[in-house]
Amino acid sequence: MRRVPTILVAAAVVAALAAAAGYASSAAPSRTGSTATAARAALMQAHRGGTLKLQAKAAGGTLDPQVNYTLEYWQLYQATYDGLLGFTKAGGNAAFTVVPDIAANLPTPTNGGKKWVFKIRKGIKFSNGKQVTPDDVVASFRRIFKVKSPTSGTFYAGIVGAAACLKKPATCTLKGGVIADDKKWTVTINLVAPDSEFKYRVAVPHASIVPADSPPRDAGTKPIPGTGAYYFASFDPNKQLVMKRNPYFKEWSHAAQPDGYPDEIIQTYGLTVEAQITAIENGQADWTLEAPPADRLGEMGSKYASQVHIEPLTAFWYAPMNTNLAPFNNLKARQAVNYAIDRNAAVKIFGGPKLATPSCQVLPPGFPGHKDYCPYTKNPGTKWSAPDLAKARQLVKESGTAGQKVAVVMQDDEVNKAMGIYLQSVLNSIGYKATVKPISPNLFFTYAQNTKNKVQINVQQWYQDYPAASDFLYILFGCESFHPGSDSSINIAGFCNKKINDQMKKNLLLAVEDEAAANVKWAQIDRQVTDQAPMATLFNPKHIDFVSKRVGNFVFSKEFYWLVDQSWVQ
Amino acid sequence: MSETVVGGAPAQLAAPGSAGASPWTLARRRLLRNRVAMTMVGVLVVIVVACLAAPLYAHHVAHTDPFRSNLDGTTIVNGKTVPIMQEESGGLGLGVTPIGPTWDLRHYFLGADDQGRDVASRLLYGGRNSLIIGVSAALLTCILATIVGLVAGFFGGIVDGILSRLLDVVWAFPVYLLAISLSTVLLTRGLRIGPFHLEAGSLLLPISIIAVVYVPYVARPVRGEVLSLRQREFVEAAIGLGASTWRLLWSDILPNVTTTVIVFFPLMIAIDMLTESALSFLSIGVQPPSASWGTIILDGQGLLYTRPVVALAPGIAIAVTVLALNVLGDGIRDALDPRAKHRAPGGR
Repeated sequence: MRRVPTILVAAAVVAALAAAAGYASSAAPSRTGSTATAARAALMQAHRGGTLKLQAKAAGGTLDPQVNYTLEYWQLYQATYDGLLGFTKAGGNAAFTVVPDIAANLPTPTNGGKKWVFKIRKGIKFSNGKQVTPDDVVASFRRIFKVKSPTSGTFYAGIVGAAACLKKPATCTLKGGVIADDKKWTVTINLVAPDSEFKYRVAVPHASIVPADSPPRDAGTKPIPGTGAYYFASFDPNKQLVMKRNPYFKEWSHAAQPDGYPDEIIQTYGLTVEAQITAIENGQADWTLEAPPADRLGEMGSKYASQVHIEPLTAFWYAPMNTNLAPFNNLKARQAVNYAIDRNAAVKIFGGPKLATPSCQVLPPGFPGHKDYCPYTKNPGTKWSAPDLAKARQLVKESGTAGQKVAVVMQDDEVNKAMGIYLQSVLNSIGYKATVKPISPNLFFTYAQNTKNKVQINVQQWYQDYPAASDFLYILFGCESFHPGSDSSINIAGFCNKKINDQMKKNLLLAVEDEAAANVKWAQIDRQVTDQAPMATLFNPKHIDFVSKRVGNFVFSKEFYWLVDQSWVQ
Repeated sequence: MSETVVGGAPAQLAAPGSAGASPWTLARRRLLRNRVAMTMVGVLVVIVVACLAAPLYAHHVAHTDPFRSNLDGTTIVNGKTVPIMQEESGGLGLGVTPIGPTWDLRHYFLGADDQGRDVASRLLYGGRNSLIIGVSAALLTCILATIVGLVAGFFGGIVDGILSRLLDVVWAFPVYLLAISLSTVLLTRGLRIGPFHLEAGSLLLPISIIAVVYVPYVARPVRGEVLSLRQREFVEAAIGLGASTWRLLWSDILPNVTTTVIVFFPLMIAIDMLTESALSFLSIGVQPPSASWGTIILDGQGLLYTRPVVALAPGIAIAVTVLALNVLGDGIRDALDPRAKHRAPGGR
């Protein structure tokens, strides 16, 4: 019953917000803003403080925001670092909206879409007390290349001077590409060609603004000062990561970097997922990064239903098939696999229909350019209904690949392994001699990408970086993403269809001028890629968060998932 | 396991009606009189027969393919058709749970695993693999160890020095660490030595790995036995009579170390089965979709909360089989060398 007062306060505030929202339609914007601010202040007064206890099985690698590429830390960077622009810290689709962050404005590019001039806000300080200057911004962009950020060759390769930086990272200057003007307090970024997605790329953590004197190498376990509401106070990868309030933080944009509720956020490492779930049930911890084990889902959904949050993701699970290696260098063989897979079975392995939705195509529902399409089902059309084994076997026979050996490669965790074993069963049922090859999660991603390992088919997941169709279609199936012999070849299927690739490149340019028209074209490209079957899409997953009883105000951003600092614990 | 060294041919103690009987006959009689050991033989026979009948059970009784995922399948419980993978209906409806034991031999007797496969059928098939690996590896270990022990002990000198140091090197590694290292390498790439090639998923790989890592375990006592026999009068006499080396080894030494190896054999089966289970549990033993008791425990690990029988059933099977083999091994030792039992403190 100790929860009652909190719930009543929350209910009162929610009612106040609802009333404010209703009033907002007729009232002046300033009035709405002030009401929301007052409500927010009331919530802050009621709930500010305490320690939020997060859990993960293991640390997520380097803490450097310009190097780390894991959800584990990208989620925490939302409260610790800022870019020139940022994704709105709000629930649902609003999170896809890019807003000014360190920059005071969202500029309209000039010079044919190639010149972006950002006005830098004054008065923002890093957690070490130093003020953010245009020089810090320039140094941060140079640092992306100096530390060999995983996206330096893709997201930021279009900046003038980037080519030289990619060749010689240590001496990167981005000359003519990123220019500071200390008088006007602006930073100008010049691109080689117009880029409709540039605003997203400067809003992700790899483009975080860090002090100019940050080490020109991966900072590893040593935290780099940031501008967010919190800073990383200490990090021991074998024990815990501690975030504390940034003493120099003053909220400059609620949409870009809101103040947080807890005084401290601690992420501890080492417990098994089972133990983490038990700790949350017992109120000893507040959240786990890990997906709950299948055998705990029932208990969580029934006994702890109020503590479970399920959100659809713009992501997909898929099985890339190597289009340059037998038997999947044969279109009919690839299509056969698509027809044979029982997507409902795959969904069951993932945890059931409440946690995933069957799919046949690349773009997930609700994503720009998505239009329902499923040719690989008993009744081809827009939705998957059932596998067509007869057709699959016939296609295998026609392809002349029956009886060939196929190895299914996957991570050796519970769900991925089960998915791989299921695929093995499917492949055997349509005439192949399939084996499985489970690989440690630490090695799997790079192993699957390198053509030298001759991976025929594997189990993969792709989660959006930002809300653009190209982030799925062009990144995963574009010729430019295929680098034979490299560990960094995200086009794992090795799919390179010149005709489709030209369409994708044209569409990227079209998106600069007319995003809506480009999205119509992306839907057509999605169909073409699906028809060519370089992958077998399995399903679109949903995200499940299990929090302790005391966690309130759970806000799920579609871009960066749970906004940890926007929840309260008291 | 206790160190068990038995010397010489089956010892002969005076017993009523034993006049004229060979030591082997006497040993057999003593073993048959050991009720505990014979009970364990019965248990082993039941397990072996049940495992050999796996295809019969799977195809003609349970009507299921234990190597194929059956996530959308159904079965019959109390006359009603029910899904094998059952979606949660209460609360938020999260999760899918495989059907539990029905205790009906025709329909998922022990329930299903996370792929919707019949656990009972897989348990029998898994038992076949575990037993095949255990017996084959133990046989291979005993053969290799006997050869190494005979050669090292008989020839002595530099030959003994080299072989003994090799055994020391292998034995210096923790057994599981060595087995895991070999398995990790060989199961990814297979094994190719000249024209001889073992594929990554072949059962011969875990058999070979387990057999090799335990060779010193048997070879060292055999070598000690041979060193002792080499000094015995009957061997000296044979040498004096001009017997060839081959004849000495084959006719005089080998028969006298056979009992040691025979005593080790059931114990090695037990140890090898445990090792196989451990390797399979770590995903580096028997490869899916094939099953062994170790892989089934691994399959059941993710279902411990909801369907513990998936992990418990193979666990119990391993425990019972290993217990039976150990007790039988002790029985054989007692039968072959009753003096050892009488010598043992507190011996009956």
